[in-house]
Amino acid sequence: MGVGITVEHLNAFYGKTQALFDINISVLANRATALIGPSGCGKSTFIRCLNRMHETIPEARVEGKVRIGDISVYNGTSATQLRRRVGMVFQKPNPFPTMSIYDNVAAGLKLNGIRNRKQLDEVVQKSLHSSALWDEVKDSLHKKSGASLSGGQQQRLCIARALAVQPEVLLMDEPCSALDPISTGKIEELIFQLKEQYTIVIVTHNMQQAARVAEFTGFFLLGKMIEFDKTEKIFTNPSDKRTEDYVTGRFG
Amino acid sequence: MTALSVLTVALVLLPLFAIFAYLVYKGIGSINLAFLTQTPKPVGEPGGGMANAIAGSMVILGIASLLGVPLGIGAGIFLSEYGRNRYGDLVRFVSDVLNGVPSIVIGIVAYGLVVMRQKHFSALAGGVALAIMMIPTIARTTEQMLLLVPQAIREAAYGLGVSRWRTTLSITLRTATSGVITGVMLAFARVAGETAPLLFTAFGNQYWNWKPDQPTAALSLQIFTYAISPFDEWHKQAWAGALVLIVLIVGAVAAVRIAVKHGTLAGA
Repeated sequence: MGVGITVEHLNAFYGKTQALFDINISVLANRATALIGPSGCGKSTFIRCLNRMHETIPEARVEGKVRIGDISVYNGTSATQLRRRVGMVFQKPNPFPTMSIYDNVAAGLKLNGIRNRKQLDEVVQKSLHSSALWDEVKDSLHKKSGASLSGGQQQRLCIARALAVQPEVLLMDEPCSALDPISTGKIEELIFQLKEQYTIVIVTHNMQQAARVAEFTGFFLLGKMIEFDKTEKIFTNPSDKRTEDYVTGRFG
Repeated sequence: MTALSVLTVALVLLPLFAIFAYLVYKGIGSINLAFLTQTPKPVGEPGGGMANAIAGSMVILGIASLLGVPLGIGAGIFLSEYGRNRYGDLVRFVSDVLNGVPSIVIGIVAYGLVVMRQKHFSALAGGVALAIMMIPTIARTTEQMLLLVPQAIREAAYGLGVSRWRTTLSITLRTATSGVITGVMLAFARVAGETAPLLFTAFGNQYWNWKPDQPTAALSLQIFTYAISPFDEWHKQAWAGALVLIVLIVGAVAAVRIAVKHGTLAGA
């Protein structure tokens, strides 16, 4: 089951440059929350703070509190432990190129020491079903490399790979920006189903996409969260003038 | 443009084929079962072979690879994953200098490090000398190959809760395998023909020896000794030895290539 996320007074920096300013947000469990805003507004940085990927960049640092379910993200848990509970799907599909489809999905478990063949088989099958890829790859699980799939299939493979470690939260950083409309449609359908089991936070440039998949939407501008509300409200009756200007296409 | 590139390819390949053809022409006549199975005969006695030198070369190269490959790859990992700083620059500089040190000087180093202590020549000393020569090549190519692996691949592993060292070994290094192996093969092929560093380390031996702590024959040493000798019979055997050496190197490189290709998936 998914868990909620609470963020309090979050500031993020790249060296001396501050990228996020005092972000406060509560994300509900088992809902999809979209983050929108122009390029460079900090929305990707923000979700990378949720699974401590931000700190993998040299000289990057974070201040503030983040709670995911019952764990404090920046206090009392290791980044690796945390990331097993908070999965991530990236902008560009990034399957492990030298691994088979099966090994890609099983990678998270295998690299964390799980070797039980039967358990791996089950998880791989279940994860590929969840990411709606099973039927397309079931005959070539071991024969084909993850990199041999089409872009849309690769992204669904990456989703399956993230699901295989059984996270509670799934972070998606513009998961469709490198995909064609048909593949995008498939991923969006998938987000609808995945909500039942996971909490989803999705960064997107595409406002229609936010409106289609998310119950809640946050609008970021210049490193600040301008407005966070029900998606319907953000797109039909936003409280802030800047949000209105952005969603009506007056800038950005 | 196409014609020009074809021409340059031909110019590059010409020396290789010329050398190989000449070796076959000069050496093939002396290669027979005895050459591949017997030890050298004393001067004046016909026949005999280089079997002990072939085996000795394999032992010395095995020791060199055992020492040089893990150290070289380890250094390459350090340079690419942890060495983006002044300390890494220092290691890079030292490694490039080491690459330019004359091989005979490396032989002297191994003499000081191993032979002086053991008080006698050995395959181990030869292996150490060749390993020192392999390390900089392997380290720099490994570094370059690991840097070619996109950051997104590492991030994918981090995102799954895989630790950094595990990501480096099981994801980054694995993704770069074929390039890293190219570097290893390059280093291997380069030192396989080295003579100078073996002169006062492995030393050579007229008889069979499988003990790594004893003086050991090597093909390159045997070729050297025979080539500078005044005897016609030995000259012929030197040509044959050179041919065997080049065939063994090509064979080893090809075998590794095939093994790697066999283990690779379609589309990878």
